Amino acid sequence: MPRETPFRDDVAKGAVRTVNLLSRLASRGSGTVIGGRVGLAIAPGLLTNLARGRDVVLVSGTNGKTTTTAMIAAGWGSRVATNDTGSNMPEGLVAALVASKSRAVVLEVDEAWLSDVARATRPRVIALLNLSRDQLDRANEVRQIAERWRALLADLSDVTVVANANDPLVVYAAELAPNVAWCDVPTPWTTDAVSCPRCTKPLTFADDSWWSDCGFAKPQVLVTTDGGPLIVRGTPLAVDLQLPGAFNEANAAMALTALSFVEVDLQDALERVNALSSVAGRFSLRQWRGHKLRLLLAKNPAGFASMLSTLKSDGVDVWVAINARVADGRDPSWLYDVPFELLRGHRVYCFGDRRLDLATRLDFANVAYVVVTDESALPKSSDVINVLANYTAFQEWRARTKAC
Amino acid sequence: MLTIALIYPELLGTYGDGGNALVLAERARRRGFDSEIVNVGIADEVPDAAIYLLGGGEDGPQRLGADLLRASSFAARVRDGNFVFAVCAGLQLLGTSFSVEGDDEYEGLGLVDATTTRGETRSVGELLVRVDGRALVGFENHGGRTTLGEGVEALGAVEVGRGNDGTVDGFRTPELWASYAHGPVLAMNPWFADKVLGRALGRELDPLVTVADQLYDERVATLAR
Repeated sequence: MPRETPFRDDVAKGAVRTVNLLSRLASRGSGTVIGGRVGLAIAPGLLTNLARGRDVVLVSGTNGKTTTTAMIAAGWGSRVATNDTGSNMPEGLVAALVASKSRAVVLEVDEAWLSDVARATRPRVIALLNLSRDQLDRANEVRQIAERWRALLADLSDVTVVANANDPLVVYAAELAPNVAWCDVPTPWTTDAVSCPRCTKPLTFADDSWWSDCGFAKPQVLVTTDGGPLIVRGTPLAVDLQLPGAFNEANAAMALTALSFVEVDLQDALERVNALSSVAGRFSLRQWRGHKLRLLLAKNPAGFASMLSTLKSDGVDVWVAINARVADGRDPSWLYDVPFELLRGHRVYCFGDRRLDLATRLDFANVAYVVVTDESALPKSSDVINVLANYTAFQEWRARTKAC
Repeated sequence: MLTIALIYPELLGTYGDGGNALVLAERARRRGFDSEIVNVGIADEVPDAAIYLLGGGEDGPQRLGADLLRASSFAARVRDGNFVFAVCAGLQLLGTSFSVEGDDEYEGLGLVDATTTRGETRSVGELLVRVDGRALVGFENHGGRTTLGEGVEALGAVEVGRGNDGTVDGFRTPELWASYAHGPVLAMNPWFADKVLGRALGRELDPLVTVADQLYDERVATLAR
């Protein structure tokens, strides 16, 4: 018998639905955050009650949360409650759980909120993708997040942690958890884990391993894909993704591993994950004023490096849009951690509130650039133009473009 | 050959601080000077260089960086007259002592009489410092409160943000220039980049027109608003 839901929760759930509906009717955004906020205010335990008795999978990390969550939702094959709007703080999670009663639940969770959300929802699986510098003006130190995760996972039983074995900060966070499936997935960005999270001495990276003098080292892996076919807990899987890039192969490996712990048939899940061609407008072809565009979200150095590595060296123009609003992090210093030198040979059109910061970065990288002040004067081309944009800039480009 | 040594970028480079090396190298190169950036890794000896750059870092890496530098020839080279431009954590570890995690005090390199304690709040936001009558703009993100010893000259007066203590920012001795404006502060402030570069080259430099001039004007106008 499910526990009786207190009356206050019913009121709160009703409030979430009503406020979300009103918000959508009033065309104020996608209307998920406001309703959730009202619900949480009426019943702080709402998240706990909404998650009770359901199979919850949580996904967190700096990059790949939305895509991995979409892969798990698609791969599950049944109806799934998920926050596919990207609202990944408690309000957005409450809204997702109210919107769907499905037993299967997959939620992407903001790194800083993971502890609170995991304690409230008692997930069966937590997937930890990676940790690197992102919005340092807000969550200022990457290592503090790793410490918070570590305290959580040492303390949380009955959960399987699916964790990236190639990211020392993730390993540090998850090493005390009772059940961990370590995944050997491509992780090019380890710049934020040069010194050992345990003893601060330098880490050594060599071949497909890494270690510190204090004994902290890459753990024994259960899932491999780095440089070979994907093998999830002994099952070989023929990954053939529509989504581009090695980073999406890593996301798929983590997603499929997570699904293996909620009793989903892996071959069936694989077909559904392979077929996924767009996630929340990302990677999809769009049109705008006669231009054919592919929108790519890149919010931080690791994400940008991954996206830049998927571009062909075909000399086709690239558009880049950079904002530095609150949701982006107000400090664009990270532009100097992005290997924009990879764009030499392309001409880059600079958009966004901080287009002059971008142009300056490109100038010092000796990349040809144009600071866009008049959007009607952009050259027309039959080529598909890749548009790389950080968070709020991506939302703007998604809103102003249409599906092809 | 102008050698720009970027000290321990894997420890002290949290906020794109490596950008400062790139800016100096490019501004030198575009004026016809050969320049090279040497990334000094944690296992490397500190080489001779026209300028050493120190960036910002998280608490653990900052302590490790201070320990490694103390064991190196860095301090001796600075006492011999080599030039340093440091930001953020780099600024803190040049001083006599600094506190990061909790209130534990760590020994700095002691190259300047400057003490950093933990401030009551973290300071995160835009910074505008008046240096020699001109605006230096940037972004700061640190929890330190730095007190300069008697006779130590600050880099400039704070007009927006906190810097060392809400009044002044950084310090300037013949060998050490430092600011809390982290990351690519030299990219955003072309006039100041040329001041640093001129000091490293030992000569006055003619102006160089780049898009960074527009960026500087925009940032100054935004912060003055």
